[in-house]
Amino acid sequence: MTKKFETICITTGPTEYSDYVTLNIGPIHPAMHGTLRVITKTDGETIISAKPEIGYLHRGVEKLGENLTYTQFLPITDRLNYCSAICNNVAYEMAVEKLLGIEAPPKAQLIRMIMMELARIADHQVCVGILGVDLGALTPFFYLILQREEIYEIFEWHHGARLTNSMGAIGGVEADLPDRFHEKWPKLRDSIRKANDETDKLLTHNRIWMDRTIGVNAFCGDDALDWGFTGPMLRACGVRRDLRKDEPYLMYDKVDFDVPVGKHGDVFDRYMVRMLEMEESIKIIDQAYELYKDFPEDAPLMKKVPKIIKPPEGQIYHAIESPNGELGFFIKSDGSDKPYRIKIRPPCFMVYQAFEDLVKGEMISDLIACLSSINVIAGELDR
Amino acid sequence: MADWQIDLIKVVFIWTWALLIAVVMTWVERRASAMMQDRVGPNRAGPFGLLQPLADGIKLFTKEDIIPKRARKILFILGPPLFAIPAFSTYAVVPFGDKIVIGGKEIILQVSDVNIGFLYILALSAIAVYGMVIGGWASNSKYSILGGLRATAQLISYEIPMGLALLTIVLLYGTFSLREIVLQQQGTFLGVLPNWGFFKQPLGFIIFLVAAYAEANRVPFDLPECESELVTGYHTEYGSMRLGLYLFGEYVNLGTLAAVTVSLFFGGWGLPYIDMSKFLGPISYGIASFLVFFVKQAFFLFLFVWVRWTVPRFRYDQLMGLGWKALIPLGLINLFITALLVQLTV
Repeated sequence: MTKKFETICITTGPTEYSDYVTLNIGPIHPAMHGTLRVITKTDGETIISAKPEIGYLHRGVEKLGENLTYTQFLPITDRLNYCSAICNNVAYEMAVEKLLGIEAPPKAQLIRMIMMELARIADHQVCVGILGVDLGALTPFFYLILQREEIYEIFEWHHGARLTNSMGAIGGVEADLPDRFHEKWPKLRDSIRKANDETDKLLTHNRIWMDRTIGVNAFCGDDALDWGFTGPMLRACGVRRDLRKDEPYLMYDKVDFDVPVGKHGDVFDRYMVRMLEMEESIKIIDQAYELYKDFPEDAPLMKKVPKIIKPPEGQIYHAIESPNGELGFFIKSDGSDKPYRIKIRPPCFMVYQAFEDLVKGEMISDLIACLSSINVIAGELDR
Repeated sequence: MADWQIDLIKVVFIWTWALLIAVVMTWVERRASAMMQDRVGPNRAGPFGLLQPLADGIKLFTKEDIIPKRARKILFILGPPLFAIPAFSTYAVVPFGDKIVIGGKEIILQVSDVNIGFLYILALSAIAVYGMVIGGWASNSKYSILGGLRATAQLISYEIPMGLALLTIVLLYGTFSLREIVLQQQGTFLGVLPNWGFFKQPLGFIIFLVAAYAEANRVPFDLPECESELVTGYHTEYGSMRLGLYLFGEYVNLGTLAAVTVSLFFGGWGLPYIDMSKFLGPISYGIASFLVFFVKQAFFLFLFVWVRWTVPRFRYDQLMGLGWKALIPLGLINLFITALLVQLTV
């Protein structure tokens, strides 16, 4: 016993003799999303401190970028937030395009928008489903994950991959929307709505669900801004910030949609924000699809870019609203065919910093609920 | 046949029956949950995957039996049987049918009609929790200890409301014998309603059902083994057939609780409004009463599955709050009113 205890203490500091129990959650634990580790000190079931330890999925993505050409780095971005790889791809492509001083053709922009919103729905479905699983409600997860499979089907038709998409290229997208998309989308829209509706019926007004989520790790908007929260986490705290609205990119300024905002920043608000955002995404896709239909079939999809991309010297930061929040790419170019430096700003890194503040004083069950509601993706966190 | 032979047959029958229900329930749970979740479920072993429990059993038996190095060996070994055996034993007092006449000999379809059958059920259900607590404690793992602690807290919070709910039934029927209680539930009262405990004690039934879910460690009360927080709680360190006993004991326990619910609140083997003994022969009546009992039991077994795949689980403190702040006061009020009514009407 003592030896076991010591091995844990090596990582947490000198042995402290107290009434608290050190409980090591992860990196191998059924509720941990990927290889995350939290070293908690608990008093009974109440958490006194929780120290997240990161780096178990560190693959040196940023360093890899320095040794690959601009195009070669694209597939690496898939492995950041693997739940919505398309958003990473587009964010990176747009950053490089900005560096080159070009812009994708309008039709390609619309295709990117449609695909990104589909990815957002898929990401939120996974997040909400997993939150349910972690709180003991397994059934909604299956309703949502079935719809995600349908979305992945569209991805597969369009660019041949389901999870690690590597969609598009620098300067546009490689293919037009697949023919089958036109029939599929109206059906898929209805079934996504139905699945969301069923999830809503099973969870939202369920007394147990409300007890478990309302007021659990509530967070105020000012603190959230100080910590650098973005995306659904920030909006759940009551701050209306959405890059799609505030700093529109692609054609988001041409479509009409709402930004759902919570109030207390607790698990319930995060859940509701995500549920409502899925509906908004459906609205965006519908409008983008209407715009898309105005373009002739042979409208260009790619801007002319040289085979070997050599951006001029300079540096650029470009961020988009990924499902988890602000996903930014900082690229510094020295004029060669490889970036001098790539820095990625993942949304969940900023949120995970505040993890101890979020869960302090709550119970172990709430820690699990918190972790699934902030949607930490290890690939994006450790890079 | 001598009496002891008849008793032996009854014991063997009910033992097999309890085992069979537990085995089939593992299959039903998977298939029913698959049905609810748009999945297929196990369908490879045998027709409709019916042999899946058998395959699982073989797997568990042939797995390596590991006892953690720093575990308390004796207690570690003692845990699983302590959990599973009381669940089986409770069946002894459950009347699974009325009576059957074979060769002029009247046989009561109950292993033993103890006059304190009630206390026996309560006592045994309390022992089963020791299986969890000891198992969790002996494994020398923090997750297991937390699971064991939760089991203890849950036991204390839910034994009392369950006892209070059961006391109202005792007050109502004036007996501790389960067979007597079932017999008194035949016929109707107020002209229309069946004479069931459910209609006479609706609140008592609800309290009992909630406590039964907590007793069975099912969602929404599966905190001791809460797989998303405590890995698998008190049986985290168990493997092979020791784990199998825990899992199996849970299903046997479900069968027992469903049987007790049926006997106490839903008229046991009796059909409402129809007296089967009038138009059925002595042997066929015995079988029919058993089948009626089984159908009712099956309904409650399915209810357990249904609820499990529908609702999320409570948090530890909320569960305690529900037990102490809601169920115990309600149970006390219910008991008081019942006592008053019984006193006034007698």
